[in-house]
Amino acid sequence: MAGLHRTNGGGRIDRKKRLSFTFDGKSYEGVAGDTLASALLANGVHLVGRSYKYHRPRGILSAGAEEPNALVAVDRGDGRSAPNLRATQVELYDGLVAESQNRWPSLAYDVGAVNGLFSPLLAAGFYYKTFMGPRLLGSNWAWHKIYEPLIRRAAGLGKAPTQPDPDRYANGFAHCDVLVVGAGPAGLAAALAAAESGARVILCDEQAELGGSLLSEWSIEIDGVPAAAWLAEAVRTLAASPRVTLLPRTQAFGYFAQNFVALAERLTDHLAKPEPSAPRERLWQVRAKHVVLATGAIERPVVFPDNDRPGIMLADAARTYVNRYGVRCGSRAVVVAACDSGYATALDLRRAGVDVAMIVDPRPSGGSAVSGAVKAAGIAVETGATVIATRGRQRVSAVQIGRATSGTWVRCDHVLMTGGWTPSVHLFSQSRGKLAWDEAAQAFLPASVAPGQSQRSVGACRGAFGIAAALEDGFAAGGEAVGWAARARDFKVASDVADFSGVLGASNPGAHESKAFVDFQHDVTVRDLKLAAQEGFRSIEHVKRYTTTGMATDQGKTSNLNALAIVADHLGKPVPAVGLTTFRQPYTPVTFGTIAGASRGDLFDPVRRTPCDGWAQAVGAVFEDVGAWKRARHFPEGSEDMHAAVARECRIVRSAVGMFDASTLGKIEVVGPDAAEFLERLYINPFQKLGVGRCRYGVLLNEAGFIIDDGVIGRIAADRFHVTTTTGGAARVLNMMEDYAQTEFPELKVWLTSTTEQWAVIAVQGPKAREVLAPLVEGVDLDATAFPHMSVKAGRICDVDARIFRVSFTGELGFEINVPADYGAAVWEAVWREVQKHGGCAYGTESMHVLRAEKGFIIVGQETDGTVTPDDVGLGWAIGKSKRDFVGLRSLSRPDIVRSGRKQLVGLLTADPKLVLEEGAQVTAEAKPRVGTPALGHVTSAYWSAKLGRSIALALVADGRARIGARLNIPMPSGDVSVDVVAPVFLDPKGERLNG
Amino acid sequence: MLLIHCPYCRMARPESEFRYGGEAHVVRPAEPANVSDADWAAFLYMRANPKGIHAERWRHVHGCGRFFNALRNTVTDQILRTYPAGTPQPALDAHAEDGR
Ligand SMILES: [Zn+2]
Repeated sequence: MAGLHRTNGGGRIDRKKRLSFTFDGKSYEGVAGDTLASALLANGVHLVGRSYKYHRPRGILSAGAEEPNALVAVDRGDGRSAPNLRATQVELYDGLVAESQNRWPSLAYDVGAVNGLFSPLLAAGFYYKTFMGPRLLGSNWAWHKIYEPLIRRAAGLGKAPTQPDPDRYANGFAHCDVLVVGAGPAGLAAALAAAESGARVILCDEQAELGGSLLSEWSIEIDGVPAAAWLAEAVRTLAASPRVTLLPRTQAFGYFAQNFVALAERLTDHLAKPEPSAPRERLWQVRAKHVVLATGAIERPVVFPDNDRPGIMLADAARTYVNRYGVRCGSRAVVVAACDSGYATALDLRRAGVDVAMIVDPRPSGGSAVSGAVKAAGIAVETGATVIATRGRQRVSAVQIGRATSGTWVRCDHVLMTGGWTPSVHLFSQSRGKLAWDEAAQAFLPASVAPGQSQRSVGACRGAFGIAAALEDGFAAGGEAVGWAARARDFKVASDVADFSGVLGASNPGAHESKAFVDFQHDVTVRDLKLAAQEGFRSIEHVKRYTTTGMATDQGKTSNLNALAIVADHLGKPVPAVGLTTFRQPYTPVTFGTIAGASRGDLFDPVRRTPCDGWAQAVGAVFEDVGAWKRARHFPEGSEDMHAAVARECRIVRSAVGMFDASTLGKIEVVGPDAAEFLERLYINPFQKLGVGRCRYGVLLNEAGFIIDDGVIGRIAADRFHVTTTTGGAARVLNMMEDYAQTEFPELKVWLTSTTEQWAVIAVQGPKAREVLAPLVEGVDLDATAFPHMSVKAGRICDVDARIFRVSFTGELGFEINVPADYGAAVWEAVWREVQKHGGCAYGTESMHVLRAEKGFIIVGQETDGTVTPDDVGLGWAIGKSKRDFVGLRSLSRPDIVRSGRKQLVGLLTADPKLVLEEGAQVTAEAKPRVGTPALGHVTSAYWSAKLGRSIALALVADGRARIGARLNIPMPSGDVSVDVVAPVFLDPKGERLNG
Repeated sequence: MLLIHCPYCRMARPESEFRYGGEAHVVRPAEPANVSDADWAAFLYMRANPKGIHAERWRHVHGCGRFFNALRNTVTDQILRTYPAGTPQPALDAHAEDGR
């Protein structure tokens, strides 16, 4: 027998299939069908963890997703380590390796338990009182150096794995008529009713087996057959329906607008040897016409002193362990039942051979219907009493039963408690449905569904307790979801519990309320909650943050309502007046892998590569990210560093010729009879009179008058323009153009097409540029008079149709060859062969930056920051003077734009020519400015110029143009740097090279 | 993720196909030169931020590419109506917020 505490028969386990596993390095045996929790209990292991703050020994409290104590790490090797798993949900497989958490050096002898000695310091609000207000403790040296590090190290949950997750995660979208969440009696009945109509149904349940509470029923009969037989038939019927999808091991964890529900399906964690290529988990994103929530209810602990010793568990959990898993949680039990369901537990335990010493019922008159059966079974019942103390170090050994402060000790090895049931309204609340306090049920129940959601809660989650009520409620809702008006069905259920009411809050904690635990996972006691109320916290949201109750990984599933009732009681207010905390996604923790799916590593973000990228990679280019693009930054030769490579590239462009991959430039084809008028209204420049075959440097503003983009615009035909944008601005500019074309100027006949990826662009720049292209082009006269600067011609290069622009971003004679992207690589290589013949080179973005800065050409986003006008950067000349309107024009006459003192683009030359300034450095008038002195401006670009043999910089400086000739300062941590203000053009101010 | 009904495609599509475009019915003055500094500043910067029904622009950027307007309840996040750009804001009937 796998485990000393296993019953001889019954349950949903296979006693013949033995599975071995280890817990904290010790080997145990379980059987197929076990969870880690049931297998540990079968071996008599109750101590499974240490509590968060006080490191108190903790045992298994529950049998489900609500478990606050039994958190374990499961290690499958190779980085497959999952912390904070609830042992109650971990399915056992052969070879499973599990470890307890939050203890050192071992579970039984935990050094951190010393935290218990500091418990007065760790009471409500200790985070705020100590970590944030150290002086409250007087001398804070000891606190900072000793106590705080100690407590911080000792308090905590599991450890995150350090290696990358080797598993694969899948993602799926699904649509259905009815999504049923929860496959207990209510959910099964809803799915059966919906499936009968032929609707598309998805039924999901977090457990390995469908059935919910029916899996733990021993004696109940439905429609004349045992619950297990009814369940098997229901599942068979659903599985046989082709339009029904059954998803066991699938947690609905988030309910969003318009019936959008996120499900996490566990695919391989329960397998001893999963297929290596199989995904571990799958995220389902389900859009359902109708959602039926059948999420059940969670049993509440009873709050009494030292109610957290291992062996003290929820009553229905013990019933599940004995009925479903064939495990007795001990040999002698005391049942603390504030709800009739606890009596049913006592009967089931007695039937399984457990000695039930006593039922203690805090309710003055005790249970109603089932109490007769209990008395007939000879179980003593003490009503109007509760547990006032417990004993036992690593396992409960006795409880004191009494009414005030005195009572009798009763020996036992486990205590089963039920305070009643809390409907699981988490998903309903996430869907923004409104909850209302139901005085009769002593619970918050769904009151109204949020607009836009089509949804019904059924069964225990809406207060319809008992199996018969759940079946009937579920069947009616499932039918209603598919349009059946009133097709009810009666279910005959024998031996159902009728009354599920219970008690809320503390059960006579007396003088020991500092040890009466409410939130087990965060170690919050009755005393903490009362302290918060005493210190003035009134809203439960504030009490929650101050005491951290309900803020652990279990989000207070077992504790929230007790905490609320204790605070309400202390404040003398009704429960609903204190409020309810927000239910947040996810219902239970979801792995990052499931959320991320395939979006990680190379697939995290799309990468854009140009047609010439392969060549650049082959020659060893160093790349940089520009938006999603990979751009060649420089092309080092031999052992060159970036500085040497850039200096060489710049020298060769100025003396011979260089080629540059400009394919990432944004390109928009603007077409239509009103194309010129459209551009006239968008850009600051005049376009109506631009001749066909001519280009213009366009500057684009937003309505506030600030530069947002620039680029060369060529007129290809009377009704066709080739617009270029910055690399990063392409999508933004197209969106803006579409906006104006569609909504502001809909009367204009103009069409916009993104052509960024349709053209490969090869810039050939330098005094030898014409010689490089001459042998390659056909039908294009490259002569300076026939093809002047700022013009565009259609022609052919290497037998490929091309648009050739004569433009320059370097200040040299230059061309930009546009060819269809598919020919980009071939044309690049042909041009490269010619470039080599003339002693040229390929240059990257870093050299491009230096070359343009030597000429004082701005880069949008570097010289501009969204607050810079054309005049600020010396581009006032580009504005069409006769234009009555364009985007941003009106703003250029606003008072703040025309005032003096605006920052203007200037050049800076350092007194020490070898020193390259830092971009972003502040510019001041004085050498050693007082702290608080406003800066005059800042450095926008700074480079080493190989051509000039010195450093250069561009800067935005207040009244900059008036300061040309003045000396300013750049205060740096290493000392002040003197700079001379000069015009922002360092090379060839007359443009003789570029017009050559 | 919201489903948004594109009035041009005439179908509900997932939110990820759309891009938000700010408040709707902000009219660009026909003759900006004739507008006072104060009125121009209001056109540039002053926007409504209601708790409740908000008329706003959306673009079906990864679909038909068209701009349109939507009436959205900023409290419930429900989009109650979508309509073509350039058409007036429709009146909402009493049942618009039923979610049907
Ligand atoms: Zn559309």
